[in-house]
Amino acid sequence: MSAITSRKLTMAKAIAEAISLEMERDPRVFVMGEDVGVYGGIFGATAGLYEKFGPERVIDTPISEAGFIGAALGAAMEGMRPIVELMFVDFFGVAMDQIYNHIAKNTYFSGGNIRVPLVLMTAVGGGYNDAGQHSQCLWGTFAHLPGLKVVVPSTPYDAKGLMISAIRDDNPVIYMFHKGLLGLGWMTLIKDSTGPVPEEPYTIPFGKAEVKREGKDVSIISVAMGVYQALEAAKELEKEGISVEVLDLRTLVPLDREAIINTVKKTHRVLVVDEDYLSYGMSGEVAATVVEHAFDYLEAPVKRLAVPDVPIPYSRPLEQFVLPSSSKIVNAVKELLRS
Amino acid sequence: MNIPKETLMRMYLEMVTIRLYEETMAEAYQEGKYPVFNIASGPVPGEMHLAAGQEPVAVGVCMHLKKEDAVVGTHRPHHFAIAKGVDLKRMTAEIFGKVTGLGRGKGGHMHLFDPDVHFSCSGIVGASIPQAVGAALAFKMRKEKRVAVAFFGDGAANQGTFHEGLNLAAIWKLPVVFVCEDNSWAISVPKEKSTAISQNADRAVAYGIPGVYVGENDVLAVYEAAGEAIERARQGGGPTIIEVKTDRFFGHFQGDPEVYRPKDEVQRLKQNDPIKRFRKYLIENDIATENELKQLDDEARKRVEEAFLFARESPYPAPEEALLHVFVE
Ligand SMILES: Cc1ncc(C[n+]2csc(CCOP(=O)(O)OP(=O)(O)O)c2C)c(N)n1
Ligand SMILES: [Mg+2]
Repeated sequence: MSAITSRKLTMAKAIAEAISLEMERDPRVFVMGEDVGVYGGIFGATAGLYEKFGPERVIDTPISEAGFIGAALGAAMEGMRPIVELMFVDFFGVAMDQIYNHIAKNTYFSGGNIRVPLVLMTAVGGGYNDAGQHSQCLWGTFAHLPGLKVVVPSTPYDAKGLMISAIRDDNPVIYMFHKGLLGLGWMTLIKDSTGPVPEEPYTIPFGKAEVKREGKDVSIISVAMGVYQALEAAKELEKEGISVEVLDLRTLVPLDREAIINTVKKTHRVLVVDEDYLSYGMSGEVAATVVEHAFDYLEAPVKRLAVPDVPIPYSRPLEQFVLPSSSKIVNAVKELLRS
Repeated sequence: MNIPKETLMRMYLEMVTIRLYEETMAEAYQEGKYPVFNIASGPVPGEMHLAAGQEPVAVGVCMHLKKEDAVVGTHRPHHFAIAKGVDLKRMTAEIFGKVTGLGRGKGGHMHLFDPDVHFSCSGIVGASIPQAVGAALAFKMRKEKRVAVAFFGDGAANQGTFHEGLNLAAIWKLPVVFVCEDNSWAISVPKEKSTAISQNADRAVAYGIPGVYVGENDVLAVYEAAGEAIERARQGGGPTIIEVKTDRFFGHFQGDPEVYRPKDEVQRLKQNDPIKRFRKYLIENDIATENELKQLDDEARKRVEEAFLFARESPYPAPEEALLHVFVE
């Protein structure tokens, strides 16, 4: 851990700074994607890089995701360290073959002889009425495929450290930033989307979850926006004498199963909050981990709060109905304590 | 070209309706987003891509289409939808997220579906192209004299779907017309930086189909090019690609800071407003009087006002409706 810092950055700026530092350090690092140049990335994750490093290392691409994501793989296999932006994770479909049949598998096919040091960074999350092709999280989809590391930061501090780790990793990393946590002026602001970030480079290891709040009655396990909603709910529940522990997984691959088991051993009750779809996803994986390794410690069945297997709807009341929220978490925790 | 007055007047009415619709939508979109612009606020939240300035493409093409012909649009879909005859009230209600909307509030602005007039669209760039190919395949298999049109932007022409779709349509000789809107931009990326050749219409050569570039944002020029292509498709002559130079008057989406765009560009483009020019043409050629056009202006205004009123007054869906319609029953 680095020295205490008072400088605060938004998550978007923390990401851009991480990339900038790594580009200074390592000439093999470059960025490509749609609108990553002059525009600075639709979500600001590449702001200032074009001015600093120029069009040869910060490359605006045509709208050809299969082409440029496949090209990132080719460049990575020949010794470059590309960071490629997929504007919204929802657009993965047009490039999925390059991602899951190649980026995720070439290392394995080569018996470990091929390195794919590539970061695919992408925006996730809803809550602002952008409907079903612009609001998904889909981390479960990527985590399901062997061969991809999956990173989902929740704070500016983590965002910077995890990005630097991602760039230095010799494996493909899917780096997912939540639109609502970037500190963008045009989204509903979450206070903690601006937070302390040291100026120097630092790394955060993958596979290390963080206990964001200690508690003894219930554990809430989540990532990204779910962590904030859980922390908010924990404050509410505290008023009623319920002590909540909040665990931020930070990376889904590798998954810190030990941290999951430890928190269950401590509180004996688990709620998983997942902005991704309910079935076949993160919440199921966490629940399975608990059941397989800490079943005897459970005092109630694992509870899951996730998108109920429908596409994200557009209209505000519909979208609010399917997305997790702190008030839904409060209710779920109370149910969990009753059972 | 000898176009009946009635057709010309309808073209004018449709273009004015689109323009008014987009301007009204721009205002509605701003509601609740001032002084702090929050994309999630107001009666119309989410992203909003408007097509003011691009009316000639939609109208010049759709004037030739029948109700049973299929149109697949893009993330910037309002002008296509209006020109294709999508129910304006239900479309607006959808954009306001109301239960009376085309999709009961589930789809919103980028996901408008009106099966009555065979209209659909998508927020994924390039998605329209193979889908129109498939509609045309269905028409051909059933020996129906129907045509499908795929609209898409200059940016979409660099997706694989463009190349795959054109090739499929060509080898199967399908009744489909590909219409590319060249508004020079794909968000912040100018066409000359994303596209290896200056005209996507020239890519027709690669697929052995006719390609036409309409170099001006002019409804009559589009109408002429589209008429030929659609007739050829209807008669079994196979696909065509038409690319039209057109102009985007608003930002890519509402709230776009447009740092990438030369400051005076929009002002310059507006000097060449295709509706003003068409209006002038109709008057100078003694096709219509000021008064007649004024009547059409009023009619357009009434249509738009009624649609927005309907949308505003409609109720929201019950929250639990979110769980319905993943599958048909
Ligand atoms: C597959 C995919 N990639 C990227 C985007 C993001 N995006 C939305 S519109 C757009 C630009 C489209 O440009 P163009 O096709 O020229 O249409 P225009 O916006 O100019 O009408 C981009 C990159 C998307 N929606 N889908
Ligand atoms: Mg364009």
